[in-house]
Amino acid sequence: MNVIARKSLYLAAGLCFAGLVASAGDGGGKKGKEKPAKVSDANTQLKLPSGFSAVTLVDSIGRARHIAVAPNGVVFIRLNRSKGATKGVYRLEDTNGDGKADKITGFGSFFGTGVAIGNGYLYASSDEEVYRFKLDKDYNVVNPDNPEKVVTGLLNRHEHEAKAITLDGKGNLYVNIGAYSNACQLKDRTKGSPGDMPCKILDSAGGIWLFKADKLNQTYGDGVRYATGLRNVVGLDWNKQTNSLFVMQHGRDQLHDLFPDMWDTKQSAELPAECMYELHQGSNCGWPYIFYDQNQHKKILAPEYGGDGKKTGGENAQDPVVAFPGHLAPNGLLFYTGNQFPEKYKNGAFIAFHGSWNRAPEPQAGYFIVFQPFKDGKPSGQWEVFADNFSGGPEKTASGRVMYRPCGLAQAPDGSIYVTDDSKGAIWKISYK
Amino acid sequence: MKKRNLVFTVASSLLLATVLMSQTKKPAAPAKTAGATASGGASASITRGKQVYLEQCLACHQVDGAGVQGMNPPLVKTKFVLGDKNTLVKIVLNGMQGVEVEGEEYHGVMAPHSDLTDAQIADVLTYVRNSFGNKAKAVTAAEVKAIRAKNKPA
Repeated sequence: MNVIARKSLYLAAGLCFAGLVASAGDGGGKKGKEKPAKVSDANTQLKLPSGFSAVTLVDSIGRARHIAVAPNGVVFIRLNRSKGATKGVYRLEDTNGDGKADKITGFGSFFGTGVAIGNGYLYASSDEEVYRFKLDKDYNVVNPDNPEKVVTGLLNRHEHEAKAITLDGKGNLYVNIGAYSNACQLKDRTKGSPGDMPCKILDSAGGIWLFKADKLNQTYGDGVRYATGLRNVVGLDWNKQTNSLFVMQHGRDQLHDLFPDMWDTKQSAELPAECMYELHQGSNCGWPYIFYDQNQHKKILAPEYGGDGKKTGGENAQDPVVAFPGHLAPNGLLFYTGNQFPEKYKNGAFIAFHGSWNRAPEPQAGYFIVFQPFKDGKPSGQWEVFADNFSGGPEKTASGRVMYRPCGLAQAPDGSIYVTDDSKGAIWKISYK
Repeated sequence: MKKRNLVFTVASSLLLATVLMSQTKKPAAPAKTAGATASGGASASITRGKQVYLEQCLACHQVDGAGVQGMNPPLVKTKFVLGDKNTLVKIVLNGMQGVEVEGEEYHGVMAPHSDLTDAQIADVLTYVRNSFGNKAKAVTAAEVKAIRAKNKPA
């Protein structure tokens, strides 16, 4: 037994990055490497462009997903379920202006991702429903124990289940209903299983659905499938300049695992692109039949549907407006309309990349916020990393055992932006000067 | 037959990836052959199991076996990995989705890996049960064979 133990230690050491396996996002597990003892103060965590600084509103509120900010500066965040958590929505207020939330109230016994403010209500989604809470003039929640159900009965099959939402200010509510599948194979994520033709998942998921923001108890029959062929969207935002909906799709996984003869692990780590789309009613982005290859700049026929990595497809599917590297997991999208940041940021897009897992055995990547400049409603110029070091350093990024994972984005009335972390629950306010 | 629904966690961790390409050669029992020291079967099995892990499991359960938050459960000192072999083998054979480990939920889909040979399953489970800080008894090909014979995929 001793020998076995020793052997296994050997193997483990050879294979593992760290002896102590920290659970995801726990940030612990420091090994005696050359890493300097990390300052655990989230305040000093982020690396930002010159002139920008970040302070935390809270440090560890739970699995904070999306965030919405009221015109008076009150912050609402949405939490995913975690061990011991009892409330799914938090209202955070900094009453004395020191940058820290000093008035914190939790409510809503349901967990989830989506949150938005509009029409005098706070909208908050679970993985099956969209609720709303009446707000008073100070953005207090009038009846925290009795939300109204705006949409009900949405599919939740525990894959891409987050129902991200946004409002257009014209009475419409947009809800992501992610595909409960990787590539619409008859058997999900199973090697050799063909793609379902046509993909029946698209009837009730794999797209953005449109509902009325002020009508209660709507379900599929009351909504409209606004856009289809989207595998899963978490980051989405209404662009007030173009007056249209923009979304970030999470591209498919496992090209190498499922088709090792067509893609090696390096290619599979970069492909397919994580795509930004501009949507209009009737948009089709092509999932599951195609994926976008950012190197070939082409829509490639999915291997489950006869593709070989080169054949193109999706003639009727629209192209992305921006294509980012694979598996970075875009969970937050925000078009910046403020005046505080330098001019180049105006009307551009911030994207929170939650970070990859499907790049192993290659190094993981992401865990940062990217800025994509826009001009006249179109992407203009190359994207750049805006906020980095959520992970705690390059080795942590590579291993995926990171400290923080950026998820939600929102703009404050003063033109700062907020970023949530759904690992520990830090919320940063990033300001210029 | 314990029905631990959510419990099938760990196993799931074992293999998301694919099925081995084509090796169907059974090394008979996990003992035999190869270098290894006098440590006998288990040591050689761990060595072979590591290779299976790299090809079948790593993509989801990761290099360090700690999985992915909210998606792919960890294989580190969980009762699934260290506990009942019957449960563990069946997770590999049948796949799984949805499990709670240490109060955390994992929703990732694990495909069935019944196309692995008895020896491959024994090796990879023995490897996992003796890696990532785990220490538990080896799983033998004979045990996998017996469990497979009685296994009825859901």
